[in-house]
Amino acid sequence: MTDTPVKIVVDLSKPKGERESIIPLTDDEIAERDAQAVIAESERVEREAIATQKATDAQAGRDALVALGLTEAQITALLGA
Amino acid sequence: MGYQLIEHIEVGSGGAASMEFTGIPQDGVHLVLKLSLRNTDNNPDSAQVSLNSDTGDNYPQIQLLGDGSSASLQGLTMGFIRLAIPVSTYTANTFGSAELYISNYTSTSNKSMSGDSVGENNATLGRLKIDAFSYTTSSAITSIQVALFGDNYAQYSTASLYKITAD
Repeated sequence: MTDTPVKIVVDLSKPKGERESIIPLTDDEIAERDAQAVIAESERVEREAIATQKATDAQAGRDALVALGLTEAQITALLGA
Repeated sequence: MGYQLIEHIEVGSGGAASMEFTGIPQDGVHLVLKLSLRNTDNNPDSAQVSLNSDTGDNYPQIQLLGDGSSASLQGLTMGFIRLAIPVSTYTANTFGSAELYISNYTSTSNKSMSGDSVGENNATLGRLKIDAFSYTTSSAITSIQVALFGDNYAQYSTASLYKITAD
């Protein structure tokens, strides 16, 4: 059986030493959490795909500049490292 | 001007899906939230911070995000503030640091905020994030939620809330 996730809540209106509670998440909170996790994962995958494509395009661009006769030092001066 | 620790939370051995401060005292000028976080799973790679339990699209933001190979800039509006954190596949026993600065948290105007965070990793796939946020509200900030969607903050993750006072 999977343990129920919990949240740590600190009520600052209470005296020190009496503030912290560890509260199990409700079913609604768990469902919302899981739904947001799916969205976050899809956004992460999309972000990494964009970064990978950008790196591929950048390398292709550098290769094209080399083919045109620029030196690596000239390319770096133009584009950065 | 004073810089005072209000309270500190540390996650125990069972992990935690969220850390929350409620009943925030209203006798300060600004708030500073300092975090040291790690996810026990590989997803997500960011903490989700909300204010006053508000998860509506009330957080317009500009984020500058960099990893080991590129940087990007993006403006968007979301239902929470995202701060980068390391995930379970990142360098072991390593937590990411994050800070959220909330100015004039008791005012009746929209709240202006800034954040910086890092998904610490001794490899190319580490992330650094610098953000400018706004919270669209006329209410004072009375609570802060630091949630992780999908899994748990690892043991020894911490959240510390400070207030900056005028005297």
